[in-house]
Amino acid sequence: MIDFSVILAGFGGQGILSAGKMAAEAALFEGKEVSWFPSYGPEMRGGTANCSVVISDEPIGSPVINDADVVICLNQPSAEKFESSIKPGGILVIDSSLFSYEPSRTDIKFIAMPASDIATELGNMQFATISMLGCLSAATGCFSRESFESSLYEVLPERHHAKIPGNLSAFDKGAAYAK
Amino acid sequence: MAQKRVLMKGNEVIAEAALRAGCRNYFGYPITPQTEVMHYMAKKMVQIGGNFVQAESEVSAINMVYGAAAAGARVLTSSSSPGVSLKQEGISYIAGAELPAVVVNIMRAGPGLGGIQPAQGDYFQATKGGGHGDYRNLVIAPASIQELYELTVEAFNLADKYRMCAMILGDGTLGQMMEPVAFRDEEPIVTVEKPWACTGRGDRADHNTVTSIYIDPDVLEAKNVELQEKYKYIEENEVRYEAYGLEDAEIVITAFSTCSRICKNVIRQAAELGIKVGMIRPITLWPFPTKIINETAALSNVKAFLDVELNMGQMVEDVRLAVNGQKPVYFHGRAGGNLPTQKEILDKIVEISKGGNV
Amino acid sequence: MAIVFQPTEGLTTKPLHYCPGCNHGIIHRIIAETMVEMGILNDTIGVASVGCTYNSYEYFSCDMVQAAHGRAPAVATGIKRTHKDKMVFTYQGDGDLASIGTAEIIHAAARGEKICTFFVNNAVYGMTSGQMAPTTLLGQVTTTSPFGRDASYQGYPINVSELISQLTGAVYVERVCVTDFKNIQNAKKAIKKAFQVQQSGKGFAFVEFLSTCPTNWGKGPVEAMDWLKEKMIPQYPLGCFKGADLDLEVKA
Repeated sequence: MIDFSVILAGFGGQGILSAGKMAAEAALFEGKEVSWFPSYGPEMRGGTANCSVVISDEPIGSPVINDADVVICLNQPSAEKFESSIKPGGILVIDSSLFSYEPSRTDIKFIAMPASDIATELGNMQFATISMLGCLSAATGCFSRESFESSLYEVLPERHHAKIPGNLSAFDKGAAYAK
Repeated sequence: MAQKRVLMKGNEVIAEAALRAGCRNYFGYPITPQTEVMHYMAKKMVQIGGNFVQAESEVSAINMVYGAAAAGARVLTSSSSPGVSLKQEGISYIAGAELPAVVVNIMRAGPGLGGIQPAQGDYFQATKGGGHGDYRNLVIAPASIQELYELTVEAFNLADKYRMCAMILGDGTLGQMMEPVAFRDEEPIVTVEKPWACTGRGDRADHNTVTSIYIDPDVLEAKNVELQEKYKYIEENEVRYEAYGLEDAEIVITAFSTCSRICKNVIRQAAELGIKVGMIRPITLWPFPTKIINETAALSNVKAFLDVELNMGQMVEDVRLAVNGQKPVYFHGRAGGNLPTQKEILDKIVEISKGGNV
Repeated sequence: MAIVFQPTEGLTTKPLHYCPGCNHGIIHRIIAETMVEMGILNDTIGVASVGCTYNSYEYFSCDMVQAAHGRAPAVATGIKRTHKDKMVFTYQGDGDLASIGTAEIIHAAARGEKICTFFVNNAVYGMTSGQMAPTTLLGQVTTTSPFGRDASYQGYPINVSELISQLTGAVYVERVCVTDFKNIQNAKKAIKKAFQVQQSGKGFAFVEFLSTCPTNWGKGPVEAMDWLKEKMIPQYPLGCFKGADLDLEVKA
């Protein structure tokens, strides 16, 4: 895997930046090279937020992504903005609980998954992005479920470890949409 | 011994590296996109009994740096472009008084208030002095978070060794991005005696003074000559760069910091098209790697240079001086906070390779 | 024969460059004497500023750092934070402190930096040849207020001690002058108290000295002393603005 790239985008406050970091942590756990680059500045405050994650078996060239392998969107403006940034054959994943979207491109794979509904069902809205990471993992293999789980235990402070099983349920439910 | 790799943000790595280098004094003023350096220091310095002061301005912050450096301490300040402009007064005094200090500039786009997205528009300011008078700063341009860590530690050693300002010059990308970093168990701290520092006279026979004022033209000229001798020694001994693919390159890219990473991807893509591209990445922007560029320009396989920057053409002037007319030097730059895409750089390379007029 | 007067160890042997009748020499001398008398000379780091005082780093025999124009309080902050057990003072004129260095002095005071500032106010820029200062009196003729300072055109003088005394971090603020023996004795007491405040760790200490500038005022030394008493003191009244009753139990 060389310079596999993912863009996560949505509103500020949806957990976009931390989800991207969790993906990078999981891949790092596997010994891969990773980079994470956030949007920053005024747009963080209630506006749109996005981050770029690159995962690679080799040292990473650019942390800035022009053509993403996968774009994960939690709002419609992001989907409209980043659809054109997907490589031919890449994947667009959206949270269909929050908005409906029809991609105009036919050369990409489109996954609409009810991420927020999954999160509501599990009783923690933070799990929406986690379920989408499950989908990402299952659809591309850019990191494994095991690495994701292990990295959570490694990175999270111990007082948050009780939440990890919930995270994994969200992850698994999301993985089911990666058909 | 290296520790396990952890994922960290560039700005936080700068702060952590400074603490590991034995820096216990940080003075700063908030500005995007470097503010996480301050956040990290605000917490950690207090925990370890060091000094963190949020100054009333960048002007004050750099003068606090001047004071702490004069008092013999390892000291850091960080800012971004407009803030570094304000610090130029103090940086010139630091050069004049020959004080060791580390200044970080995580550049954003200018001129003026400009924008907050990544840029490299302060190359001239950093490498040509920046403030008033004949002086230089050591300017170090890391390209990855691991390198940012190691070179920040090194910056403190170099500042102490040469009694001058060592500047870490990165762009917003480097400050904001996260990458794995493996910290060393022990840092290669080079401790330098500072008998000149103002620490209180104690038992000393005479008082120490730290100053940059020399009213007598002859004395001041001698001081300038002394500074230039130091700078010449540094030019001969401290040049750092990364070079690869030069032996069979048809085109040689020059680029620094994160911009060089975009170019690395392009070099791979060019190879797929059968175009051999090499790169010289200056790690020290001052002293500039003039010699290797000059020697590379003399190679028969090298047809041209392509300089890529996040500005409208600054380092390219030093590249042209180094190439000295031996080969054409082309330029590709983006500004305003935009980064060049791999495709636009590749297109340029294809054009140059065809001998086109670019 | 008994020695009745001799140089103080607190000053170097370098001849002062100040003009005849200028009060800087007296003020240097009493600061230096106080450091010697308090036994803190070898534990003090002074900060010289820009203006006529630029060369004071060569006169005081404690360690001295020369600062950029107006920045002495910031430089002193860096020194004091590095050497918390040392005494740190700044020596600044009115152009330096009350004009270009307004931000630095206000914030050092507001932070309650444990330093002393000795502020010499002679109502004019001396070194750069007699321009209007922030402390220039209304009607006072300077090279940049050639028709006299006009409030409607050039605004009003700044009473720095009164301003500083409003800040919680400033715990001792006093204005003195050195026109005669009695006032010199008072000024010396103020200097000592400022250092004691610093030793006690209570906060920022500020002493303003009204001073003469015969050269730029266009007056003889004696006439300048009279002008200070008659014209400056009404605008800048002497006295302690804050910390008169401070309990100065010095920290062990």
